[in-house]
Amino acid sequence: MKDFFLLVIIMLSILVLVYLYRVVQGPTVFDRVLGLNGISTKAIILMVVIGTVYEREEMFVDISTGYALLNLVGALAVAKFLEQRGLS
Amino acid sequence: MTYFVNITLLFLLVLTAASATFLVKELISSVIILGSYSFFLAIVWAWLGAVDVAFVEAVIGAGLATVLFLVTLFDTAPKDTRLRRPPPPLAGVIGLPLLGFLLLFVANDLPPFGDPASPAHVHISPVYLQQSYADTLTPNVVASVLMDYRAFDTLIETVVIFTAGIACALLLKESGS
Repeated sequence: MKDFFLLVIIMLSILVLVYLYRVVQGPTVFDRVLGLNGISTKAIILMVVIGTVYEREEMFVDISTGYALLNLVGALAVAKFLEQRGLS
Repeated sequence: MTYFVNITLLFLLVLTAASATFLVKELISSVIILGSYSFFLAIVWAWLGAVDVAFVEAVIGAGLATVLFLVTLFDTAPKDTRLRRPPPPLAGVIGLPLLGFLLLFVANDLPPFGDPASPAHVHISPVYLQQSYADTLTPNVVASVLMDYRAFDTLIETVVIFTAGIACALLLKESGS
């Protein structure tokens, strides 16, 4: 069972690479912001899976919740910046 | 299997840092990529079992630093205005990957992760683990080391950070008026 979760971690990390390509390559800033949001959702799931491997889910669920909140704050900050500054 | 997870996470980390510095011209994009870098770093910390460090990295690195960089970008130019970046020197291109392979090779000789017989776990950690509750009546060992055994150290660190914060606030106030 632990091997299965480790395999899930590796697969999720490879999925993150796809988003990372869009973040790095993406022609506009919106592509990058959306890519970062996708990476953040994968990161949240990764934290919970890592917690399952270590059998300490309760602590890792706290961290992933904090991740989700901070992701919202970061996306709002970027959106506010683009609103005030215009599209570059 | 664990080895593959380590390699994948480290590869993601290095790739993100490299793309934030080399491949992107717009500073806002660099800020966004640095946010994802902090996410990966927090996952690496969590993978190593340092849950509170991962939490601090997520809060400071991914949340606060992104907002601070964006606030800075409000007052500066949005693009990297250097006309052309000098190409990296050949010695660095060849030497740094070799150094990385050397480090990976040497890391094979380290004791396995969580080995109870490794020197880090037999030298002074048992003393703290056994005596810290009797000494300080604090259930969390990390908090007892930080706040009781090294109380003066933490106090002076707080003074340093407070002074830096005051200096930053004064500088921003000068430029604003």
